[in-house]
Amino acid sequence: MIRKLTLSALAALALGAGAAHAAGDEAHIHDVDFSFEGPFGAFDQMQLQRGLQVYTEVCSACHGLRYVPIRTLGDEGGPGLPEDQVRAYASQNFETFDPELDDTRPATPADHFPASNLENAPDLSLMAKARAGFHGPYGLGINQFFQGIGGPEYIVNILTGYTGETKEEAGTTYYGNKAFPGGWIAMAPPLSDDQVTFADGHAADVHHMAEDAAAFLMWAAEPHMMARKHAGFVAVLFLAILTVLLYLTNKRLWAPHKGKKHA
Amino acid sequence: MSGIPHDHYEPKTKGEKWLHSRLPVLGLLYDTLFIPTPKNLNWWWIWGIVLAFCLALQIVTGIVLVMHYTPHVDMAFASVEHIMRDVRGGHMLRYLHANGASLFFFAVYIHIFRGLFYGSYKAPREITWIVGMIIYLLMMATGFMGYVLPWGQMSFWGATVITGLFGAIPFIGETLQTFLLGGPAVDNATLNRFFSLHYLLPFVIAGLVIVHIWAFHSTGNNNPTGVPVRTGSKEEAEKDTLPFWPYFVIKDLVGLAIVLVVFFAVVGFMPNYLGHPDNYIEANPLATPAHIVPEWYFLPFYAILRAFTGDVWIVMFLSWITGGIIDAKFFGVLAMFGAIAVMALTPWLDTSSVRSGRFRPMFKWWFYLLLIDFVVLMWCGAMPAEPPYSTISLIGATYWFAYFLVILPLLGVIEKPLPQPATIEDDFNAHYSKHGGTKTVGSPAE
Repeated sequence: MIRKLTLSALAALALGAGAAHAAGDEAHIHDVDFSFEGPFGAFDQMQLQRGLQVYTEVCSACHGLRYVPIRTLGDEGGPGLPEDQVRAYASQNFETFDPELDDTRPATPADHFPASNLENAPDLSLMAKARAGFHGPYGLGINQFFQGIGGPEYIVNILTGYTGETKEEAGTTYYGNKAFPGGWIAMAPPLSDDQVTFADGHAADVHHMAEDAAAFLMWAAEPHMMARKHAGFVAVLFLAILTVLLYLTNKRLWAPHKGKKHA
Repeated sequence: MSGIPHDHYEPKTKGEKWLHSRLPVLGLLYDTLFIPTPKNLNWWWIWGIVLAFCLALQIVTGIVLVMHYTPHVDMAFASVEHIMRDVRGGHMLRYLHANGASLFFFAVYIHIFRGLFYGSYKAPREITWIVGMIIYLLMMATGFMGYVLPWGQMSFWGATVITGLFGAIPFIGETLQTFLLGGPAVDNATLNRFFSLHYLLPFVIAGLVIVHIWAFHSTGNNNPTGVPVRTGSKEEAEKDTLPFWPYFVIKDLVGLAIVLVVFFAVVGFMPNYLGHPDNYIEANPLATPAHIVPEWYFLPFYAILRAFTGDVWIVMFLSWITGGIIDAKFFGVLAMFGAIAVMALTPWLDTSSVRSGRFRPMFKWWFYLLLIDFVVLMWCGAMPAEPPYSTISLIGATYWFAYFLVILPLLGVIEKPLPQPATIEDDFNAHYSKHGGTKTVGSPAE
């Protein structure tokens, strides 16, 4: 059964990949294999922690996560930091304005991450769900069915899609980016190789950092993903068994009326 | 209740008699639960129970969601995130509610097309049909207003576009639109009234569902042959029917359970598949999304709305005749609501004396074409309004109207129906070959 499922999943992936290929150069978003994809996919805790580090050291200079409570860094199914680390993380990295003190104070786990520092830097709380990496083909939604909506892939592609070209327009510098709609983005390339040093010694080239940041942002956008998949699995399993029992009941119930002696 | 003769509730104990003479509620329950139901109903008849389940699911999850939601333009989006992150089980509640709407519409479309194929709208079930159509309209209103509540980009711009339709009505349009919005544009007043109505309408729907059930319990169910249940005597009727409990309750539950397996797989594994990523961006009146696309269940009618552009001859003709009062925009609105209106009028547009499509050799093909048309229109509605999609939309919209206004009335006259079984019992026995395979007519290919 498992083998069958794996086979069909592989077939589905192959089909999906083929369809994406057929869509041509309209989409510049390359698929990324994330650990959290598919019905049984789970967040990689170490990756989320690395992504948190990238976010804190790089992204948070401009971008906020205003819907994400800092305490959730300690939640199960997320980065899973121990309580004392969450507290230390909050107070060391962020300040928050407290209306009661009428002053700023170090953030606590009860606070949310700060909002964006720059007006044109979008909040990243939901970014991984607010962008579609995959489309089509022909508006049929087949690629999204097999590959997902593609939000985290979009983030990876943006972060790694810089062409190195720049242009000036009305006093703003735009950077060439293969993944950004229109091809020019106002965000300067944020990542460079070995910009961040991971405690676990993981490779810190731009591509790896981009994947880690995207995984972290997927968690930030959907913190209960693992609980949801678990609930979905239990519900499907339970209902499948219920279906079989009801089917047999129904068969037996109707048998005398359908001219069958016994079900 | 139904005109089919059957056993009625007899109060036995003293207590039951006491209650029955004051409030015959047990009798009502008895008659409803044991109502004689044609025993040849096929699996297309399970969607009613799925719809009842959807309504209950939406009301229950909705009531809990309201406990945590804030209907204010500055707080609505954040309160939905609060539900998704902080409320225990909130993410499941919201995903159940959002995908529940999709299941609701999926089920109602199958339910409607089942009725269209088997002639369930025909006399004496016109009132059941009309009430059903009103329920469907209210569902669309409820679904639309519910989609506005999270106050994302699609919420805001969808509301702007759809309320703009009312602005296209000549003379009173602008006033009406302002009245609906509670101001010149979609804003806090709009969000508040949509919230209020989104909470109210499901209960109106629930009331109409009772009327819907009451109506078809008075006439008796239609069935795949369209041949009525024999009502001459109780013995005769019992050959054509079985009581709703337990036969159809269990059968319906089998269907519901299968549907729910798929539903929970969607909710658990791909809850955002049917949504739109733009709705995870908070509403911004200053930034219009590149493509404003309604939810999938509105797409066929959205395609009809956009199909009639200014260069279509009938639009130009009407515009010329009315001196420009009916312009392309208003024509589109008329076409969209007209597409539903003609469906509601089917009982009087279908002239055939035969109820079930099973015995209508020509009708069948036109009906299958209508199904394809519906899917194609749905696809066109999601695509940009440019060639070739605009042309396909126009052809699709034309066929939609042609089916109801021309083909259905004509078919009744020119079509030679196939022979129908004399009784439901004959059909049932032919299907299950109880008496040595006396397969008569109209083999149920469905």
